[in-house]
Amino acid sequence: MARRHLRLRHLRPGAWVRIGESPPSTPKAHMTHSTNVLVPTSPEEAVASFGDGGGITVVAGGTIVMPELSSGRLRPERALLLAKAGLAGITSENGTVRIGATTPVLALVGATPEPLSTFAAYVGDYEIRSQATIGGNVCAAPAAESPRGDLQAPLLALGARVRSAGAGGERTESIDDFLAGGEDRLVLELEVDQPTRGAAAALGRPHAHNYTIMAVAAAEGADGVLVAVSGAGPRAQRLPSVEQALAGGADAAGAAAGAAADVSPHDDALASAWYRSTMLPRLVEQALGRL
Amino acid sequence: MKLLVNGIERDLETPPLESLLTALREELAITSPKAGCLQGGCGACTVLVDGEPRRACLVPIGAVDGASVTTVEGLGTDRELSPIQAAFFDNYATQCGFCVSGFMLAAHSLLEREPGAGRDQIIEGLAGHMCRCTGYVKIVEAVEAAARGDVDTRRDREPETLTEGSQA
Repeated sequence: MARRHLRLRHLRPGAWVRIGESPPSTPKAHMTHSTNVLVPTSPEEAVASFGDGGGITVVAGGTIVMPELSSGRLRPERALLLAKAGLAGITSENGTVRIGATTPVLALVGATPEPLSTFAAYVGDYEIRSQATIGGNVCAAPAAESPRGDLQAPLLALGARVRSAGAGGERTESIDDFLAGGEDRLVLELEVDQPTRGAAAALGRPHAHNYTIMAVAAAEGADGVLVAVSGAGPRAQRLPSVEQALAGGADAAGAAAGAAADVSPHDDALASAWYRSTMLPRLVEQALGRL
Repeated sequence: MKLLVNGIERDLETPPLESLLTALREELAITSPKAGCLQGGCGACTVLVDGEPRRACLVPIGAVDGASVTTVEGLGTDRELSPIQAAFFDNYATQCGFCVSGFMLAAHSLLEREPGAGRDQIIEGLAGHMCRCTGYVKIVEAVEAAARGDVDTRRDREPETLTEGSQA
Protein backbone atom coordinates (compact mmCIF):
# COMPACT_ATOMS: atom_id res chain seq x y z
CA MET A 1 0.00 0.00 0.00
CA ALA A 2 2.78 2.38 0.93
CA ARG A 3 4.56 1.39 -2.25
CA ARG A 4 1.56 2.23 -4.37
CA HIS A 5 1.22 5.53 -2.60
CA LEU A 6 4.82 6.34 -3.49
CA ARG A 7 4.31 5.38 -7.13
CA LEU A 8 1.30 7.58 -7.47
CA ARG A 9 3.15 10.55 -6.09
CA HIS A 10 6.04 9.97 -8.44
CA LEU A 11 4.20 9.04 -11.59
CA ARG A 12 1.31 11.41 -11.49
CA PRO A 13 2.38 14.86 -10.46
CA GLY A 14 -0.72 16.89 -9.94
CA ALA A 15 -2.90 13.89 -9.20
CA TRP A 16 -3.94 15.43 -5.91
CA VAL A 17 -5.09 18.71 -7.38
CA ARG A 18 -7.37 18.47 -10.35
CA ILE A 19 -6.50 21.73 -12.00
CA GLY A 20 -9.48 23.31 -13.63
CA GLU A 21 -11.98 21.18 -11.73
CA SER A 22 -11.47 22.29 -8.16
CA PRO A 23 -14.26 24.59 -6.99
CA PRO A 24 -12.86 28.07 -6.45
CA SER A 25 -12.58 28.74 -2.75
CA THR A 26 -13.49 32.06 -1.27
CA PRO A 27 -10.43 34.30 -1.24
CA LYS A 28 -9.31 35.22 2.24
CA ALA A 29 -9.47 38.84 3.23
CA HIS A 30 -5.73 39.55 3.52
CA MET A 31 -5.95 43.26 3.64
CA THR A 32 -7.61 45.01 6.46
CA HIS A 33 -7.62 48.21 4.44
CA SER A 34 -8.17 48.81 0.76
CA THR A 35 -5.44 50.01 -1.54
CA ASN A 36 -6.33 51.77 -4.74
CA VAL A 37 -4.26 49.90 -7.33
CA LEU A 38 -3.44 51.66 -10.60
CA VAL A 39 -2.17 49.71 -13.61
CA PRO A 40 -1.30 52.24 -16.35
CA THR A 41 -0.82 50.95 -19.88
CA SER A 42 1.35 53.76 -21.27
CA PRO A 43 4.13 56.05 -19.97
CA GLU A 44 1.73 59.02 -20.16
CA GLU A 45 -0.85 57.19 -18.05
CA ALA A 46 1.87 56.24 -15.57
CA VAL A 47 2.95 59.88 -15.20
CA ALA A 48 -0.67 61.02 -14.79
CA SER A 49 -1.37 58.28 -12.22
CA PHE A 50 1.77 59.15 -10.25
CA GLY A 51 0.87 62.83 -10.05
CA ASP A 52 3.01 64.44 -7.36
CA GLY A 53 3.70 61.04 -5.80
CA GLY A 54 1.85 61.74 -2.58
CA GLY A 55 0.80 58.58 -0.71
CA ILE A 56 1.67 56.33 -3.63
CA THR A 57 3.85 53.21 -3.66
CA VAL A 58 5.40 52.34 -7.01
CA VAL A 59 5.84 48.66 -7.85
CA ALA A 60 8.12 47.96 -10.83
CA GLY A 61 9.68 44.49 -10.58
CA GLY A 62 8.36 43.95 -7.06
CA THR A 63 11.55 42.41 -5.69
CA ILE A 64 11.96 45.07 -2.99
CA VAL A 65 8.37 46.21 -2.43
CA MET A 66 6.40 42.95 -2.50
CA PRO A 67 7.91 41.47 0.70
CA GLU A 68 7.07 44.76 2.46
CA LEU A 69 3.47 44.58 1.20
CA SER A 70 2.99 40.86 1.89
CA SER A 71 4.30 41.18 5.43
CA GLY A 72 2.03 44.14 6.12
CA ARG A 73 4.98 46.43 6.91
CA LEU A 74 3.85 48.68 4.08
CA ARG A 75 0.20 49.67 3.69
CA PRO A 76 -0.09 52.26 0.93
CA GLU A 77 -3.20 54.28 0.11
CA ARG A 78 -2.41 53.91 -3.57
CA ALA A 79 -0.15 51.57 -5.51
CA LEU A 80 1.11 52.10 -9.04
CA LEU A 81 2.03 48.90 -10.89
CA LEU A 82 4.38 49.68 -13.78
CA ALA A 83 4.43 46.22 -15.38
CA LYS A 84 2.24 47.24 -18.32
CA ALA A 85 3.32 50.91 -18.58
CA GLY A 86 5.63 50.43 -21.56
CA LEU A 87 8.69 51.79 -19.76
CA ALA A 88 11.08 48.93 -20.60
CA GLY A 89 13.68 48.85 -23.34
CA ILE A 90 17.23 49.83 -24.26
CA THR A 91 18.04 52.05 -27.24
CA SER A 92 21.35 53.42 -28.39
CA GLU A 93 21.87 56.45 -30.57
CA ASN A 94 24.87 58.74 -31.20
CA GLY A 95 26.83 57.29 -28.32
CA THR A 96 24.00 57.67 -25.79
CA VAL A 97 22.30 54.61 -24.33
CA ARG A 98 18.75 55.11 -23.04
CA ILE A 99 17.41 52.56 -20.59
CA GLY A 100 13.71 52.53 -19.73
CA ALA A 101 12.91 52.49 -16.01
CA THR A 102 11.34 49.02 -15.96
CA THR A 103 14.08 47.39 -18.03
CA PRO A 104 14.97 44.20 -16.15
CA VAL A 105 18.42 44.01 -14.58
CA LEU A 106 19.03 40.86 -16.65
CA ALA A 107 18.61 42.83 -19.89
CA LEU A 108 21.45 45.16 -18.86
CA VAL A 109 23.98 42.32 -18.88
CA GLY A 110 25.92 42.47 -22.13
CA ALA A 111 23.68 45.20 -23.56
CA THR A 112 24.80 48.30 -21.64
CA PRO A 113 28.21 49.97 -21.19
CA GLU A 114 30.70 48.77 -18.60
CA PRO A 115 30.75 48.82 -15.65
CA LEU A 116 26.92 48.74 -15.59
CA SER A 117 26.79 45.44 -17.48
CA THR A 118 29.09 43.63 -15.04
CA PHE A 119 27.36 45.14 -12.00
CA ALA A 120 24.00 43.88 -13.29
CA ALA A 121 25.42 40.36 -13.36
CA TYR A 122 26.33 40.71 -9.64
CA VAL A 123 22.63 41.08 -8.68
CA GLY A 124 20.70 38.15 -7.21
CA ASP A 125 20.06 35.11 -9.39
CA TYR A 126 18.54 34.54 -12.83
CA GLU A 127 14.93 34.97 -11.73
CA ILE A 128 15.64 38.00 -9.54
CA ARG A 129 17.62 39.65 -12.35
CA SER A 130 14.67 38.93 -14.67
CA GLN A 131 12.18 40.58 -12.32
CA ALA A 132 14.15 43.42 -10.73
CA THR A 133 14.30 46.66 -12.72
CA ILE A 134 16.93 49.37 -13.11
CA GLY A 135 14.41 52.02 -12.00
CA GLY A 136 13.63 50.12 -8.83
CA ASN A 137 17.32 49.74 -8.11
CA VAL A 138 17.93 53.47 -8.57
CA CYS A 139 15.02 54.22 -6.20
CA ALA A 140 16.03 51.65 -3.56
CA ALA A 141 16.08 53.30 -0.17
CA PRO A 142 19.46 53.31 1.57
CA ALA A 143 19.47 50.11 3.56
CA ALA A 144 21.18 49.56 6.89
CA GLU A 145 22.06 45.95 6.17
CA SER A 146 21.73 45.39 2.45
CA PRO A 147 23.23 47.33 -0.46
CA ARG A 148 20.08 47.08 -2.56
CA GLY A 149 20.83 50.04 -4.83
CA ASP A 150 23.95 48.38 -6.14
CA LEU A 151 23.52 49.64 -9.72
CA GLN A 152 23.85 53.17 -8.41
CA ALA A 153 27.67 52.91 -8.29
CA PRO A 154 28.15 52.16 -12.02
CA LEU A 155 25.55 54.81 -12.90
CA LEU A 156 27.48 57.36 -10.81
CA ALA A 157 30.76 56.33 -12.49
CA LEU A 158 29.13 56.64 -15.92
CA GLY A 159 27.77 60.10 -15.12
CA ALA A 160 24.25 58.87 -15.91
CA ARG A 161 21.24 61.17 -16.16
CA VAL A 162 17.82 60.39 -14.76
CA ARG A 163 14.60 61.47 -16.47
CA SER A 164 11.75 61.52 -13.98
CA ALA A 165 8.25 62.87 -13.43
CA GLY A 166 6.57 64.27 -10.33
CA ALA A 167 5.77 67.62 -8.73
CA GLY A 168 6.74 70.39 -11.17
CA GLY A 169 6.56 68.04 -14.15
CA GLU A 170 9.21 66.11 -16.01
CA ARG A 171 12.92 66.81 -15.64
CA THR A 172 16.31 65.31 -16.40
CA GLU A 173 19.13 65.60 -13.85
CA SER A 174 22.42 63.95 -13.00
CA ILE A 175 22.23 60.71 -11.06
CA ASP A 176 24.24 62.48 -8.31
CA ASP A 177 21.52 65.13 -7.93
CA PHE A 178 18.74 62.56 -8.23
CA LEU A 179 20.15 60.39 -5.44
CA ALA A 180 20.84 63.40 -3.22
CA GLY A 181 17.28 64.74 -3.63
CA GLY A 182 14.60 63.55 -1.28
CA GLU A 183 11.55 64.16 -3.45
CA ASP A 184 9.05 61.55 -4.62
CA ARG A 185 9.82 61.09 -8.30
CA LEU A 186 8.72 58.53 -10.87
CA VAL A 187 11.82 57.43 -12.79
CA LEU A 188 11.09 57.13 -16.51
CA GLU A 189 14.49 56.59 -18.08
CA LEU A 190 18.24 56.47 -17.47
CA GLU A 191 20.63 58.00 -20.00
CA VAL A 192 24.25 56.93 -20.20
CA ASP A 193 26.92 58.24 -22.56
CA GLN A 194 29.12 55.47 -23.92
CA PRO A 195 32.39 55.76 -21.93
CA THR A 196 35.85 55.43 -23.44
CA ARG A 197 36.55 52.70 -20.90
CA GLY A 198 34.72 51.15 -17.98
CA ALA A 199 35.56 48.49 -15.42
CA ALA A 200 34.25 46.86 -12.25
CA ALA A 201 35.71 45.01 -9.28
CA ALA A 202 33.72 43.34 -6.54
CA LEU A 203 34.11 41.16 -3.50
CA GLY A 204 32.93 37.73 -4.60
CA ARG A 205 29.65 36.33 -3.34
CA PRO A 206 29.64 32.89 -1.73
CA HIS A 207 26.35 32.19 -3.49
CA ALA A 208 23.52 33.91 -5.34
CA HIS A 209 21.45 34.46 -2.20
CA ASN A 210 24.01 36.94 -0.87
CA TYR A 211 24.26 40.61 -1.55
CA THR A 212 27.57 41.73 -3.01
CA ILE A 213 29.33 43.15 0.05
CA MET A 214 31.16 45.89 -1.81
CA ALA A 215 31.88 46.75 -5.43
CA VAL A 216 33.77 49.53 -7.20
CA ALA A 217 32.86 51.04 -10.57
CA ALA A 218 35.21 53.12 -12.72
CA ALA A 219 34.56 54.73 -16.09
CA GLU A 220 36.35 57.23 -18.30
CA GLY A 221 34.10 59.74 -20.01
CA ALA A 222 34.01 63.42 -20.94
CA ASP A 223 34.75 64.41 -17.31
CA GLY A 224 37.76 62.15 -16.94
CA VAL A 225 37.75 59.01 -14.82
CA LEU A 226 34.86 58.79 -12.34
CA VAL A 227 35.01 56.20 -9.56
CA ALA A 228 32.15 55.09 -7.29
CA VAL A 229 31.54 52.39 -4.71
CA SER A 230 28.49 50.53 -3.44
CA GLY A 231 28.47 48.77 -0.10
CA ALA A 232 30.96 51.05 1.65
CA GLY A 233 28.10 52.91 3.33
CA PRO A 234 24.32 52.82 3.29
CA ARG A 235 24.22 54.17 -0.26
CA ALA A 236 26.47 54.22 -3.30
CA GLN A 237 28.83 57.17 -3.56
CA ARG A 238 31.60 58.69 -5.66
CA LEU A 239 35.19 58.58 -4.43
CA PRO A 240 36.39 62.17 -5.04
CA SER A 241 39.89 61.67 -3.52
CA VAL A 242 40.54 58.87 -5.99
CA GLU A 243 39.19 60.87 -8.93
CA GLN A 244 41.31 63.91 -8.01
CA ALA A 245 44.46 61.82 -7.59
CA LEU A 246 43.90 60.27 -11.02
CA ALA A 247 43.34 63.70 -12.57
CA GLY A 248 46.63 64.76 -10.96
CA GLY A 249 48.48 61.95 -12.70
CA ALA A 250 48.58 59.32 -9.92
CA ASP A 251 48.79 55.67 -10.94
CA ALA A 252 46.15 53.11 -9.90
CA ALA A 253 47.84 52.10 -6.66
CA GLY A 254 48.58 55.69 -5.70
CA ALA A 255 45.06 56.89 -6.42
CA ALA A 256 43.50 53.92 -4.62
CA ALA A 257 45.55 54.44 -1.46
CA GLY A 258 43.41 57.34 -0.24
CA ALA A 259 40.01 55.80 -1.03
CA ALA A 260 39.10 55.03 2.58
CA ALA A 261 39.13 58.75 3.40
CA ASP A 262 36.02 59.21 1.21
CA VAL A 263 33.79 56.72 3.02
CA SER A 264 32.38 56.03 6.48
CA PRO A 265 32.00 52.25 6.44
CA HIS A 266 29.68 50.49 8.84
CA ASP A 267 29.45 47.12 10.57
CA ASP A 268 26.54 45.00 9.41
CA ALA A 269 25.51 41.41 8.87
CA LEU A 270 27.54 41.23 5.64
CA ALA A 271 30.90 42.58 6.80
CA SER A 272 32.64 44.71 9.37
CA ALA A 273 33.65 48.33 8.88
CA TRP A 274 37.27 47.23 9.27
CA TYR A 275 36.92 44.73 6.44
CA ARG A 276 35.32 47.31 4.18
CA SER A 277 38.00 49.93 4.95
CA THR A 278 40.74 47.39 4.35
CA MET A 279 39.33 46.04 1.10
CA LEU A 280 38.22 49.30 -0.50
CA PRO A 281 41.68 50.48 -1.70
CA ARG A 282 42.34 47.00 -3.11
CA LEU A 283 39.05 46.95 -5.00
CA VAL A 284 39.68 50.46 -6.33
CA GLU A 285 43.14 49.47 -7.52
CA GLN A 286 41.71 46.34 -9.12
CA ALA A 287 38.96 48.26 -10.93
CA LEU A 288 41.41 50.92 -12.16
CA GLY A 289 43.79 48.18 -13.28
CA ARG A 290 41.03 46.74 -15.44
CA LEU A 291 40.28 50.03 -17.17
CA MET B 1 -8.76 39.52 -13.57
CA LYS B 2 -7.95 36.49 -15.65
CA LEU B 3 -5.08 34.05 -15.83
CA LEU B 4 -4.48 31.18 -18.18
CA VAL B 5 -3.31 28.57 -15.67
CA ASN B 6 -1.86 25.42 -17.20
CA GLY B 7 -3.92 26.11 -20.31
CA ILE B 8 -7.22 26.71 -18.51
CA GLU B 9 -8.68 30.21 -18.24
CA ARG B 10 -9.39 31.18 -14.64
CA ASP B 11 -11.17 34.24 -13.28
CA LEU B 12 -9.67 35.66 -10.12
CA GLU B 13 -11.05 37.71 -7.28
CA THR B 14 -7.79 38.01 -5.34
CA PRO B 15 -7.06 41.73 -4.77
CA PRO B 16 -4.56 43.09 -7.35
CA LEU B 17 -1.79 43.91 -4.88
CA GLU B 18 -1.74 40.38 -3.48
CA SER B 19 0.93 38.08 -4.85
CA LEU B 20 0.49 35.61 -7.67
CA LEU B 21 1.50 32.99 -5.10
CA THR B 22 -1.47 33.87 -2.88
CA ALA B 23 -3.84 33.76 -5.85
CA LEU B 24 -2.58 30.35 -6.99
CA ARG B 25 -2.49 28.75 -3.56
CA GLU B 26 -5.46 30.27 -1.79
CA GLU B 27 -7.95 31.07 -4.52
CA LEU B 28 -7.15 28.38 -7.10
CA ALA B 29 -5.97 25.75 -4.56
CA ILE B 30 -2.84 25.02 -6.60
CA THR B 31 -0.33 24.38 -3.83
CA SER B 32 2.70 23.17 -5.78
CA PRO B 33 4.25 26.66 -5.70
CA LYS B 34 5.42 26.74 -2.09
CA ALA B 35 5.31 29.66 0.29
CA GLY B 36 8.87 29.53 1.58
CA CYS B 37 10.68 32.74 2.46
CA LEU B 38 8.13 35.09 0.84
CA GLN B 39 10.92 37.49 -0.13
CA GLY B 40 12.31 36.00 -3.30
CA GLY B 41 15.26 34.26 -1.69
CA CYS B 42 14.43 30.56 -1.69
CA GLY B 43 12.97 29.81 -5.13
CA ALA B 44 10.23 27.46 -3.89
CA CYS B 45 7.38 29.59 -5.30
CA THR B 46 8.83 29.78 -8.83
CA VAL B 47 6.30 29.42 -11.66
CA LEU B 48 6.46 30.23 -15.36
CA VAL B 49 4.73 33.47 -16.37
CA ASP B 50 4.41 33.64 -20.14
CA GLY B 51 7.11 30.97 -20.24
CA GLU B 52 9.63 32.80 -18.05
CA PRO B 53 10.49 31.71 -14.51
CA ARG B 54 9.22 34.17 -11.91
CA ARG B 55 9.08 34.24 -8.14
CA ALA B 56 5.31 34.11 -7.59
CA CYS B 57 5.73 35.70 -4.15
CA LEU B 58 7.18 38.85 -5.75
CA VAL B 59 4.62 39.30 -8.53
CA PRO B 60 1.54 41.37 -7.72
CA ILE B 61 -1.40 39.66 -9.38
CA GLY B 62 -2.49 42.97 -10.95
CA ALA B 63 0.78 43.08 -12.91
CA VAL B 64 0.11 39.82 -14.73
CA ASP B 65 -3.59 40.10 -15.58
CA GLY B 66 -4.16 38.05 -18.74
CA ALA B 67 -0.84 36.19 -18.51
CA SER B 68 -0.26 32.50 -19.04
CA VAL B 69 0.98 30.74 -15.90
CA THR B 70 2.51 27.29 -15.79
CA THR B 71 2.90 25.41 -12.53
CA VAL B 72 4.62 22.05 -12.28
CA GLU B 73 1.27 20.34 -12.92
CA GLY B 74 1.34 21.89 -16.38
CA LEU B 75 4.72 20.50 -17.39
CA GLY B 76 3.76 16.97 -18.39
CA THR B 77 0.64 15.53 -19.96
CA ASP B 78 -1.74 12.79 -18.83
CA ARG B 79 0.39 10.25 -20.69
CA GLU B 80 3.90 11.60 -20.40
CA LEU B 81 6.15 13.28 -17.92
CA SER B 82 8.15 16.24 -19.11
CA PRO B 83 11.86 15.43 -19.57
CA ILE B 84 12.73 17.34 -16.39
CA GLN B 85 10.12 15.46 -14.35
CA ALA B 86 11.34 12.13 -15.68
CA ALA B 87 14.96 13.07 -14.97
CA PHE B 88 14.15 14.08 -11.36
CA PHE B 89 12.24 10.79 -10.95
CA ASP B 90 15.00 8.55 -12.27
CA ASN B 91 17.87 10.39 -10.59
CA TYR B 92 16.28 10.52 -7.15
CA ALA B 93 16.54 14.30 -7.15
CA THR B 94 13.73 14.70 -4.64
CA GLN B 95 13.65 14.17 -0.93
CA CYS B 96 11.05 16.16 1.01
CA GLY B 97 9.77 17.74 -2.20
CA PHE B 98 9.23 21.27 -0.95
CA CYS B 99 11.67 22.91 -3.38
CA VAL B 100 11.09 20.57 -6.28
CA SER B 101 8.37 22.31 -8.25
CA GLY B 102 10.45 25.51 -8.25
CA PHE B 103 13.58 23.61 -9.27
CA MET B 104 11.75 21.76 -12.06
CA LEU B 105 10.23 24.89 -13.55
CA ALA B 106 13.53 26.79 -13.37
CA ALA B 107 15.39 23.83 -14.90
CA HIS B 108 12.74 23.42 -17.61
CA SER B 109 13.15 27.08 -18.52
CA LEU B 110 16.96 26.83 -18.37
CA LEU B 111 16.97 23.95 -20.86
CA GLU B 112 14.63 25.85 -23.16
CA ARG B 113 17.11 28.76 -23.16
CA GLU B 114 20.22 26.60 -23.26
CA PRO B 115 19.27 23.12 -24.49
CA GLY B 116 22.74 21.61 -24.10
CA ALA B 117 23.53 23.29 -20.77
CA GLY B 118 26.57 21.87 -19.00
CA ARG B 119 27.22 21.50 -15.29
CA ASP B 120 28.43 25.08 -14.73
CA GLN B 121 25.49 26.60 -16.61
CA ILE B 122 23.08 24.42 -14.65
CA ILE B 123 24.59 25.42 -11.31
CA GLU B 124 24.51 29.09 -12.31
CA GLY B 125 20.98 28.83 -13.73
CA LEU B 126 19.56 27.21 -10.60
CA ALA B 127 21.60 29.29 -8.14
CA GLY B 128 18.52 31.06 -6.78
CA HIS B 129 16.94 27.84 -5.54
CA MET B 130 17.50 26.31 -2.13
CA CYS B 131 17.23 22.65 -1.23
CA ARG B 132 17.81 21.63 2.36
CA CYS B 133 17.77 17.86 1.74
CA THR B 134 19.62 16.65 -1.31
CA GLY B 135 22.82 18.63 -1.14
CA TYR B 136 22.03 19.59 -4.76
CA VAL B 137 24.17 16.83 -6.30
CA LYS B 138 21.22 14.69 -7.39
CA ILE B 139 19.36 17.72 -8.68
CA VAL B 140 22.28 18.83 -10.83
CA GLU B 141 22.73 15.26 -12.09
CA ALA B 142 19.05 15.10 -13.01
CA VAL B 143 19.22 18.31 -15.01
CA GLU B 144 22.42 17.11 -16.69
CA ALA B 145 20.57 13.92 -17.68
CA ALA B 146 17.68 15.94 -19.09
CA ALA B 147 20.14 18.16 -21.00
CA ARG B 148 21.71 15.03 -22.52
CA GLY B 149 18.26 13.72 -23.41
CA ASP B 150 18.91 10.73 -21.19
CA VAL B 151 15.30 10.40 -20.00
CA ASP B 152 12.35 8.05 -20.30
CA THR B 153 9.19 10.12 -20.13
CA ARG B 154 6.65 7.26 -19.95
CA ARG B 155 4.51 7.55 -16.84
CA ASP B 156 3.61 3.91 -16.55
CA ARG B 157 6.88 2.45 -15.30
CA GLU B 158 8.98 1.84 -12.23
CA PRO B 159 11.92 4.11 -11.46
CA GLU B 160 15.29 2.84 -12.57
CA THR B 161 16.79 0.54 -9.95
CA LEU B 162 19.61 2.06 -7.99
CA THR B 163 22.79 0.14 -8.64
CA GLU B 164 25.36 -0.37 -5.93
CA GLY B 165 27.42 2.73 -5.39
CA SER B 166 25.00 5.02 -7.16
CA GLN B 167 23.16 6.01 -4.01
CA ALA B 168 24.43 9.22 -2.46
